[in-house]
Amino acid sequence: MPDELRPHKPGFSRAACWAGARASLPVQVAVIPFGLVCGVTAQAQGLSLAEATLMSGIVYAGSAQLLALSHWADPAPVLASAFAAFVVNLRLALMGPVLGPWLDRVRGWRLWASLFVMADQNWAMSVKEMAAGRFDAGFLFGSGFTMWFIWVASTAAGHLLGGSMRPGAGHPLFFTALAVFVAILASMWRGRQDGLPWAVAGVVALGLARLMPGTSWYIVGGALAGSAAGVWRDRSAGRASAP
Amino acid sequence: MRLDPWVLLAIGAMALATFATRAGGYLLFRAFSPPPVVRAMLRYIPGTLFASYVMPALADGGAQQWVGAAGTVLTMVLTRNLALAIVAGTAAATAVWMLPGG
Repeated sequence: MPDELRPHKPGFSRAACWAGARASLPVQVAVIPFGLVCGVTAQAQGLSLAEATLMSGIVYAGSAQLLALSHWADPAPVLASAFAAFVVNLRLALMGPVLGPWLDRVRGWRLWASLFVMADQNWAMSVKEMAAGRFDAGFLFGSGFTMWFIWVASTAAGHLLGGSMRPGAGHPLFFTALAVFVAILASMWRGRQDGLPWAVAGVVALGLARLMPGTSWYIVGGALAGSAAGVWRDRSAGRASAP
Repeated sequence: MRLDPWVLLAIGAMALATFATRAGGYLLFRAFSPPPVVRAMLRYIPGTLFASYVMPALADGGAQQWVGAAGTVLTMVLTRNLALAIVAGTAAATAVWMLPGG
């Protein structure tokens, strides 16, 4: 839709909210088991249903919640949990700027709500929407809000099911989260130009994951190193071909 | 409905820390408009970020993860359908899991 590219068009439309909600349905397949596991873990660590639901509702970050819950204690470890959440979620700080062309055109609650519901999966879908030339942050909000709702509901369901459902560590249920990331990665391949950045990112991430387990520095470091390698390659190629 | 004050405090602190990462990166970028080199890097962030996720998970995984990932990629390349790729990959991982000794 070339119309959407015109700057006077609203940057946040109801139609795009709905489009985002619909487009995000496939990834919900993987949000549900993840939410169930989070709810079961919260219940096992002694959190009440209200506490577990509140955590998913206002933190809304699966891997950070699971990490914090695995080190839970009484009284609750306030500083340790907050620090773990910050470190595990640092990758989100890299995601926001990529959607800058969308977010710059949005103000007020729409901006804050869109940022609040930004998660790995709906961010990746939004990046592809932006690459397709559609400029409407409603897509980010619509897909994110749907995912948030399902995340909170499945956490609550997991807490209610509690002890009656406790999948072991090797259960393929846990593979769905990785399957989402693998599928997204496969869909992001733009051609040979991506080979070097991806390889550098993977190797650096692998090394950092060994050095700093339990954090997301490996994701941040891998993404920065791989992207820097891509830019460096592009710039030296530019210089080489210059007269 | 039990609500323990320490638990509430911990949840609130986690929520603030998480939102700081969600909004902080974007706000810093908007406030300081970084040089072109940094902007050029944004073009590569999406792919490299997910590559950084996936590589260590596969390296630490076993046959279940490798077969599942292969099934996911193959289905994604052939059908370009995200839901189908996730289901097919998980099915492949489950098949390995059900094998004796898998």
